[in-house]
Amino acid sequence: MPSLKDLKNKIASVKNTRKITKAMQMVSAAKLRRAQDAAEAARPYAERMNAVMAGLSASVGTSESAPRLLAGTGKDQVHLLVVMTAERGLCGGFNSTIARLARLRATELLAQGKTVKILTVGKKGREQLRRDFEANMVGHIDLTEVKRVGYANAQSIARDVLARFDAGEFDVATIFYNRFQSVISQVPTAQQIIPAKFEGATTSALYDYEPSEEAILADLLPRGVATQIFTALLENGASEQGARMSAMDNATRNAGDMIKKYTTIYNRSRQAAITKELIEIISGAEAL
Amino acid sequence: MAFQFDLVSPERRLASASATEVQIPGAEGDLTAMEGHAPTITTLRPGILKAVAADGTKAFVVTGGFAEITATGVSVLAERAVPVEEATPALMESLLAEVRVAAGASEDKDAVDKAVADMMAARSAIGQ
Repeated sequence: MPSLKDLKNKIASVKNTRKITKAMQMVSAAKLRRAQDAAEAARPYAERMNAVMAGLSASVGTSESAPRLLAGTGKDQVHLLVVMTAERGLCGGFNSTIARLARLRATELLAQGKTVKILTVGKKGREQLRRDFEANMVGHIDLTEVKRVGYANAQSIARDVLARFDAGEFDVATIFYNRFQSVISQVPTAQQIIPAKFEGATTSALYDYEPSEEAILADLLPRGVATQIFTALLENGASEQGARMSAMDNATRNAGDMIKKYTTIYNRSRQAAITKELIEIISGAEAL
Repeated sequence: MAFQFDLVSPERRLASASATEVQIPGAEGDLTAMEGHAPTITTLRPGILKAVAADGTKAFVVTGGFAEITATGVSVLAERAVPVEEATPALMESLLAEVRVAAGASEDKDAVDKAVADMMAARSAIGQ
């Protein structure tokens, strides 16, 4: 049985923890708003970009002159996995779900005899994947210093990826991130970015292209990579805050339950001590 | 039917209004889009984009991207776009540096020179 003083200290410490988790939850709620707004604002560009590129790639198709970013290198031996996670923890299963999906994919590819290279964005993913895939790590991009993810960050990641592609370091690139659905639900997603894949690739209007379709596509594909990475970063940002919010909400509630439980124990043992003292006094008086 | 003009950057929508004509610095030369234009997609070179509306003309400095023209509107997807009024000499200098860096990655010497020259032209066009 812990002493009364121990219990009191314990209660005080859990109360402090609850204050912290409560504050973190509120900070996340504010940040989530901002992250959602940013994701919302970026949507028109990404959608248009995707629609135009889908149309273009449908018409250029797999012709001989199609750019390598679209047609691929003709092999799928070397895979680059770009794993995007948060820089910080305390956000529930957010980082683990991405890492798990990436680990699953990497193991699967390795079993097929493919070469896997991993590029991590965000500290947490690197920490989790380093245990199993230390030898496969080819790089890391640190966003610790970045307060608000901007298009420039996505561009620098895209530039890194494209430079590796031009150098022939890999054949297929896939990005891993959490797609934001709601505060309580984020979906870990794997999305192939090189060679580019488009959904619903049909052209409704017949466009004139200036310069040629191939030239436009060659100009747009690298931008498309940056746009997709940017979208993923924003989705990830919103997901992170959402996950942290619900994790901290749970923690706050658990701390409340714990305080209630310990307070009950504390009061019981306090009363027991009083009762014991009374019995001692009474039986002492009777003995006289 | 109004002719719709949209200007979006990756981070946000910069303009969305109706216009009577839009002057676009296309990669292969300037063009003006008006209502009923044939559907066209063109890439942009660094330059000045102008949207003429009934209540005045809005001009933007753009560094690249592309424009999608249909019979009913123009949507311009620019990587960087700044309203001309906000384009200070310092900002133009940084945009120019950006173009140089971005172009420096490519091996096509002519393209680099052209991009830088276009940017210089854009700068002198707004009187700096």
